[in-house]
Amino acid sequence: MSDDKRGSAANPWRRRSLLLAPVAVAGVAGAGFYAMLRGMGTGDYDPRGVPSALLGKPAPEFTLPPLEGAERPGVTGADLRGTRPVLLNFFASWCVPCVIEHPQLMTLMRDGVAVLGIAYKDKPEDSLGFLRRHGNPFARLGVDQPGRVAIDYGLYGVPETYLIDPGGIIRWRWAGPVTPEILTQQIVPLLRRTA
Amino acid sequence: MTRWLSLAVLACALASGPAWAVNDPADQLPDAAQEERARAIGRELRCMVCQNQSIEDSDADLARDLRRIVREQVAAGKTDAAVTDFVHTRYGDFVLLRPPFKLETALLWGTPVLALAGGMLLIRGMRRRRVAEAPAELSPDESARLARLAGGRDP
Repeated sequence: MSDDKRGSAANPWRRRSLLLAPVAVAGVAGAGFYAMLRGMGTGDYDPRGVPSALLGKPAPEFTLPPLEGAERPGVTGADLRGTRPVLLNFFASWCVPCVIEHPQLMTLMRDGVAVLGIAYKDKPEDSLGFLRRHGNPFARLGVDQPGRVAIDYGLYGVPETYLIDPGGIIRWRWAGPVTPEILTQQIVPLLRRTA
Repeated sequence: MTRWLSLAVLACALASGPAWAVNDPADQLPDAAQEERARAIGRELRCMVCQNQSIEDSDADLARDLRRIVREQVAAGKTDAAVTDFVHTRYGDFVLLRPPFKLETALLWGTPVLALAGGMLLIRGMRRRRVAEAPAELSPDESARLARLAGGRDP
C-alpha cells in the first residue's frame, strides 16, 4: 500500500513534466534551426554542401577539345597530374555566379597557379565572348558541350571548382562561386599543403 | 459509405499514375520493356539540382542528362545494378533516394524501429500504472465508518 502512496505523490510532478515536454522539444528544435541559420549566414553550414563522392579518388580521365580562338590547348586527364596542384574550373557564359568568381580566378592566374577551365554546355562563341570581356585565367581550356565529363566529376552545376594534387587525386571540391573568402581561407592553404 | 468513397478515390489515384517529366518521345527508348526499366532506375535517383525529386520527375538539365545516360546504358545491355552504380560512384550516397544501410545511415534507418519500441514501452508503462492505481482496500477506520453509515447492517 505504501507503494501506491508514493506513486500518487509522484504523479503531479510527472504530469507537469509531460506538459513541459513539447516546450522542451520546441526549444531544442528552435536552437537547432537557429544554429543552422547562423551557419548559413557565416558560411559554416551549407545545406547543399554534400561532399563530393570523388574526394581522395583519382580525377576521372577525359579528353576535351580546345576552344577555337581562345589560343589555349584543350584539356586531358594527363594535364591534371604533374609537379604542382591544379585547379579545374567548370564555367559557362550563361552562368551569373561565374561572373562573380572570375576576378578570383584571374588573381590565382596572376599568382602563377595552374587554373584549367572547362566550358560547360556553352556555345563556343559565347564562351569566347565571356573570356574576352572578363579576361582568360585558364592555362588550358576544354569544351564540354554535351556535359558528359561534368557528370564523370559528379557536377551539380556551374560554377564548380576542383583542386587536384600533383598525384592526380581530387583533394577539394567547391560547388558555387569562388569568393575572395573561399580563395584566402580554403584554396590558398590547400595549394600550400598539396604543393 | 465513406469507406467505399475513400477506397474509390484511392483506387483512382493509384490507377492514374504519376506524370513523368520524360514527355519528349525522342528521350524515350523504343523498347517498352527497356523504357520501363530505365524509369524504375531513374525513380530511385535523386536530381541533385532540385534535391527532392527523382531524375524521372525533374525538368532540370542535369536530370535530363542523367535520364539519357540511364537509357543509353540500359539499351547497351547493362544490368540495373551496373547503371545505378555508374551514377552512385560519381554522385555518392546522396544521389540514391533509398540510401544504403551502413554505419552513417544506421540512425536514419533505425529511427522508425526506435520510435516503435519507445511507443510500446510508453504504453506498457502507462498500463502498469493504471493497474497500480486501482483503488486500495479499505482501511479498518474506513470499514468502521462505512459500517456506521450502513446503519449497523453488515456492509
